[in-house]
Amino acid sequence: MATTVITTPAPGLDPVVSPGIPSSMVEALPAFGFTTAAYVVAAVLFILSLGGLSGQESAKRAIWYGIVGMALAVVATLFGPGLHNWWLSLLMIVIGGAGGYVLATRVQMTEMPQLVAAMHSLVGLAAVFIGLNAQIEMGRVMWARANGVTDVFRGFAAVLAHKTPAEIAMLKIEVALGVFIGAVTFTGSVVAYGKLAGKIDGKPRKVRGGHWTNLAAALVALLLTLFYVAGWGPAMLWLLVIMLIAGFIGWSLIMGIGGADMPVVVSMLNSYSGWAAAMIGFTLSNDLLIVVGALVGSSGAILSYIMCRAMNRSFISVILGGFGGETGPAMEIEGEQIAIDAEGVAAALNEADSVIIVPGYGMAVAQAQQSVSELTRKLRAAGKKVRFAIHPVAGRLPGHMNVLLAEAKVPYDIVMEMDEINEDFPSTDVAIVIGSNDIVNPAAQEDPNSPIAGMPVLEVWKAKHVFVSKRGQGTGYSGIENPLFYKENTRMFYGDAKKSIDALLPMID
Amino acid sequence: MRIGALKETTEGEARVAVTPSSAGHLQKLGHEVHVESGAGARAGFSDAAYERAGVTVHPTAAALIAAVDVVAKVRPPSDAEMAAMREGQTLISFFYPGQNAELLEAARNRGVNAIAMDMVPRISRAQKMDALSSMANIAGYRAVIEAANNFGRFFTGQVTAAGKVPPAKVLIVGAGVAGLAAIGAATSLGAQVYAFDVRPEVAEQIESMGAEFVYLDFKDELQDGAATGGYAAPSSPEFRGAQLAKFRELAPEMDIVITTALIPGRPAPKLWTEDMVAAMKPGSVIIDLAAERGGNCDLTVPDEKIVTDNGVTIIGYTDFPSRMGAQASELYGNNVRHMLADLTPAKDGTLVHDMDDDVIRGATVTKDRDVTWPPPPPKIQAIAVQKPKEKPRELTPEERRAQELAAFRAQTRSQVTLLGVGALVMLLIGLFAPASFLSHFIVFVLACFVGFSVIWNVAHSLHTPLMAITNAISSIVILGALLQIGSGSAWVVILGALAVLMTAVNIFGGFLVTRRMLAMFQKS
Repeated sequence: MATTVITTPAPGLDPVVSPGIPSSMVEALPAFGFTTAAYVVAAVLFILSLGGLSGQESAKRAIWYGIVGMALAVVATLFGPGLHNWWLSLLMIVIGGAGGYVLATRVQMTEMPQLVAAMHSLVGLAAVFIGLNAQIEMGRVMWARANGVTDVFRGFAAVLAHKTPAEIAMLKIEVALGVFIGAVTFTGSVVAYGKLAGKIDGKPRKVRGGHWTNLAAALVALLLTLFYVAGWGPAMLWLLVIMLIAGFIGWSLIMGIGGADMPVVVSMLNSYSGWAAAMIGFTLSNDLLIVVGALVGSSGAILSYIMCRAMNRSFISVILGGFGGETGPAMEIEGEQIAIDAEGVAAALNEADSVIIVPGYGMAVAQAQQSVSELTRKLRAAGKKVRFAIHPVAGRLPGHMNVLLAEAKVPYDIVMEMDEINEDFPSTDVAIVIGSNDIVNPAAQEDPNSPIAGMPVLEVWKAKHVFVSKRGQGTGYSGIENPLFYKENTRMFYGDAKKSIDALLPMID
Repeated sequence: MRIGALKETTEGEARVAVTPSSAGHLQKLGHEVHVESGAGARAGFSDAAYERAGVTVHPTAAALIAAVDVVAKVRPPSDAEMAAMREGQTLISFFYPGQNAELLEAARNRGVNAIAMDMVPRISRAQKMDALSSMANIAGYRAVIEAANNFGRFFTGQVTAAGKVPPAKVLIVGAGVAGLAAIGAATSLGAQVYAFDVRPEVAEQIESMGAEFVYLDFKDELQDGAATGGYAAPSSPEFRGAQLAKFRELAPEMDIVITTALIPGRPAPKLWTEDMVAAMKPGSVIIDLAAERGGNCDLTVPDEKIVTDNGVTIIGYTDFPSRMGAQASELYGNNVRHMLADLTPAKDGTLVHDMDDDVIRGATVTKDRDVTWPPPPPKIQAIAVQKPKEKPRELTPEERRAQELAAFRAQTRSQVTLLGVGALVMLLIGLFAPASFLSHFIVFVLACFVGFSVIWNVAHSLHTPLMAITNAISSIVILGALLQIGSGSAWVVILGALAVLMTAVNIFGGFLVTRRMLAMFQKS
């Protein structure tokens, strides 16, 4: 374990601050030329990697940029200065990598939302640990200063030993923020995972006075942060309490959000995990961490914004959970739901020239994407124009449906976004709605009192025939009645989506 | 019910109201179908073809009228035909009640229930029986064919070994159904098509068909087609002046002019004046689809083709749909059968003349010895009221510049405000925070900017891979753990090791999953 010793004091180092520690005994920070250069390259690669996702083809290259960037960053850090316990690090990386490999190869595409949420929780927890470590090291350095111990500090502690009081205060703010955001990310992601995996009930559950409780908790956390930064009382305890409070806030926030809003929640947690990484970067004075954290944080924020705009709701109302208060009684729905059997649907499909399929979360639940793909293949072979209409918030992840359809080998050039295809419904013979509900609800346009009024929806009811594949007569996640099911040109095709489509397949010629 | 189609008696009329295929559909509604012998001959349907479709053929018009309950025709009935009809019989045909007051009176006297195919209201539900539209569609197509036939050149531009051929320039005045059909036919022949209409809201439709919309520099008076059921209304003298000036400017360049401008219940507006014809090149062709109502061109002679002194051919035929008898009969036959389908809601062969139904009410002109024309306005507005366009199309360059300037100013203002607030916040931070923090802070702010501008371009379908990859990348906190793991404190080593373990799971899991997802995306 070599210790690099610097012989000249770092610029700006105030000798008065650390009277007990001669600067010659402090280890250098990882500002080694090679490491910094590698970090610059890694940062550029990460930016290219995100930018490459603008198209399906360039994305296949982009992923490699990301992998190379990450490998470069880790290797540069491992071989850079200030690193000890080399073997332990490597062992942990190997074990963790193996675990990640197993997870990634075993996971089913329909389970993607859970997986992403679970992985966010890991980043959150790691950020919390690193923040706590920073506090422990800081405690050691302070203690050493106070007692005039001439100890050789290694690694991160060495960095700390250089700091002025103002810098230490700033550092404490960063540590507190990092721990706070990390803990919110951790518990929030765990709850999101539970909801997406069906281990926790997906309905929004509100603690009484939930918003006030959260606000009070946040204020207490702020007060404790002040204590912590000012150095009143036991610093470590304050930090742990801040962590617990943040964990509680993350838990109660996400518990209050319904399953239908999960795309926003997941991308928001993604954003948080980025900000947590950026805060840790500040703590450790590591620019690569700051850059990447900011990239991830802003990307998650934009995704959340895009999702919210697609639902015509403000970010705040989604975060605070549930739908806004209703302004009046919902419109009465007249008519009845008329059922149809597979033969009826098959006959209509055989007569149709153009078909649009609108998949939703129900398709993912029933694992029906392969059957849908087969249906598409048969219809296209019969010379019919088949396209998919994807609502921005269909499913439980942004772009969830696209991934499922891609897995089932549906070519991506017939998978359209809402804005591309909404005008084409009037000229379409058959629209098939598979397991989606709110995103095709005409009440959004017709009923100003509806909770989803003004949300852009796919106008399937304008097609000549609409078939809705649905398990039963229940309402969707939001619990709103859907007038689409009562329209004259709508027929309900009850049953499990996969079984229903499989029953259709032999009848298509 | 027994439904019978008469042979058209008008000279040159090739259409027929029932075709063998529409007869099949009518039979499914529970009706019996009859035709007069030779009714479909000019449209290419022989009596034998009708008989094969299960249709009874009658030798004379009188025999047919006597045998049936519903008489279907294309043109308004002649006096003789009307005289042969009996009380309670239903007549379905074009009727033009506005121009045919005597015929209307005769129908009322006879007790005939007359349904005018030209009076079907323009609402979405009634489109399938809108015979005016289906005939206008044919007329528009045929107009282009007639023009091509009389034009001594190609429509499409070509570069050949024998020399270069410029594309023909076609101007279409009036972008109704006929105008749009003409645009479609002319563009697919390869011509350069320009189109004009007084209703600015059709500009989009014109452009969607591949023609260029001719804009007028005229400020107010933007007509709203919704008020008149989608038809054009007469325009003010100033507007007309601007319009004629524009045409005068275009006339010398145009090879083909097809005019389709009609205003309901009025003679056709004169839009192509004598001096415009004089300004055109020899060999140019004008097709006047409004000839029946006096024509849009000053020189049009209805039902005639004339050639002016300067060599411009002006065609004023009024029977364009009839010139494509087979196609026109097919479409008109379908219109008639959809009308009958609405009249037999139970599909049991009994006619229910429901006067509460907007479509049936609108089309019925006489019923039970009563004249029921004109109908009350339909309960549903035909076309949604045109929302005022955010940006009026006919902006003068000055106005546009002013608007751009205003937008630019607003943007500048908001950006300057944001920058000001940002700078203030930065100053505050700078006052209190140490210098070492600020250098990192700059990096942070710049990275946020890069992130914002990069992510906007990510395709929607790749949002899930984006989440997975950003998740993998956010495990960069592993660097933090790696930097700390070398500490002398056991606690720090344990926590650091755990953090490394978790982030390693994330790195490998995240990248692998993203790769799996991206590999699945494929083109057809």
